Amino acid sequence: MEEHKHVKDIVNKPSRHVGIIGYGAYIPRYRLPGTEISRIWSGQATPGPVKEKAVAGLDEDVITMSIEAARNAVARAGIDPQLLRAVWVGSESHPYAVKPSGTIVAEAIGAPEHIQAGDWEFACKAGTEAFVAAMGLVGSSMADYALAIGMDTAQGKPGDALEYTAASGGAAFIIGPAEKALARVDAHYSFVTDMPDFWRRAHQKYPEHGQRFTGEPAYFNHIYSAASRLMESEGLTAEDFKYAVFHQPNEKFPRRVAKQLGFKPEQIEDGLLSPVIGNTYAGASMVGLTAILDIAAPGDRILITSYGSGAGSDAFIITAQEALLERRGAALSTQDYIARRTEIDYATYTRFRNKIAMK
Amino acid sequence: MEVPRHWRLKKQRYALVGEVCPHCEAKIFPPRDVCPECGGEAKTAYAFSGKGEVYSFTRMGNAPAGFEEQAPYTVALIKLQEGPIVTAQLTDLGNQEVQIGMPVEMVTRKLRSDDGEKGILVYGYKFRPAMAA
Ligand SMILES: [Zn+2]
Repeated sequence: MEEHKHVKDIVNKPSRHVGIIGYGAYIPRYRLPGTEISRIWSGQATPGPVKEKAVAGLDEDVITMSIEAARNAVARAGIDPQLLRAVWVGSESHPYAVKPSGTIVAEAIGAPEHIQAGDWEFACKAGTEAFVAAMGLVGSSMADYALAIGMDTAQGKPGDALEYTAASGGAAFIIGPAEKALARVDAHYSFVTDMPDFWRRAHQKYPEHGQRFTGEPAYFNHIYSAASRLMESEGLTAEDFKYAVFHQPNEKFPRRVAKQLGFKPEQIEDGLLSPVIGNTYAGASMVGLTAILDIAAPGDRILITSYGSGAGSDAFIITAQEALLERRGAALSTQDYIARRTEIDYATYTRFRNKIAMK
Repeated sequence: MEVPRHWRLKKQRYALVGEVCPHCEAKIFPPRDVCPECGGEAKTAYAFSGKGEVYSFTRMGNAPAGFEEQAPYTVALIKLQEGPIVTAQLTDLGNQEVQIGMPVEMVTRKLRSDDGEKGILVYGYKFRPAMAA
């Protein structure tokens, strides 16, 4: 097949093999149930698209949450953070409009001064975009270790459909040489087009979405294209994977795209966290991957595909290594964070998420 | 605005970096370059583990200027595993009661915004109920 050959040529495999040296999740303590949002906006406590979502506390933002996820990644990597050559944070909720999140995270975790630390933005795939860049930096031997983070404190307009799912959380990954990895990154492929499905203009507090664009041409087309082309180029099908994780803006979309790609429900169950934490935007597919790495066995093959509005998908094939068993206990598991749960009401939520004007 | 002071204090604030005395091994926080145990010069940087326990605490209903948005909150004296006692806010308490002797761990959080909505964000250590096994 002509297209087959073509795709094989554009799948990314760095000349130096790379992998995940350490990983870490962060999910804040507070949970807002969907029934609490519908109680306020429809007068009836009917269930929303996810059971509940994770909400950052008053003193948390993308920088503080990235610091904790990064510390977990450093603990599992077992490396001196002075060896990092990049600290990259992908998010659509960087606390500053101008001033990188990466420099503060780097300082807090003890990274050296000779690093790259620019922030990344690409809606919900900003984190995997940083991950690809880290693969390039290490794969070209410009660096031995690079840290890529996907983290968000996502905000939905009060009363908007997105308010049910827009959540806080994410994950950090240290990319390094494959021979020291807990999980090898075998191949990567990205699929990007210009798509008006979701955006936020400068100085606007809440995002807008183009209703009929969010599903078929946006989420489904990009994830399906990226994942199916990558699998095809590698001569793999859904059966060759133990686990798969997809961007999860709700519970329904990832289940449907998994089915389209030939995956069975049991292959996506462990990485599908949106029902209990909501959509963590740039963190969503990455934190799902951490939950899988917490339980995967050496040799297990994992497919991860992100989706960011605007729009694009990054797909990766990852294989768990022996070292995963020795090192994953060095930090809190993703399920530890999910189990730490304090339910809040809508009033507390509006205070935590700065939706009350104080002046 | 106190930007220069915030910049100078960032290492100790972000990551609980103090000093260790090269003469008697005492761990020192905050850093002061002189060992409080033996009086010797102590300038070697030392990153604390962040583990400790609540030594004493008080609930702040009326917060000082700059901290109003976070009130009410709990301030505690934390006895660090390595010895020194530090004053810090407790966070992520949820519905948990604070008790003397409660194991806590350091997290880096937003302390306040210097000069309202347009100033710099000040980050630093707080302590939460210990999660780690
Ligand atoms: Zn001394």
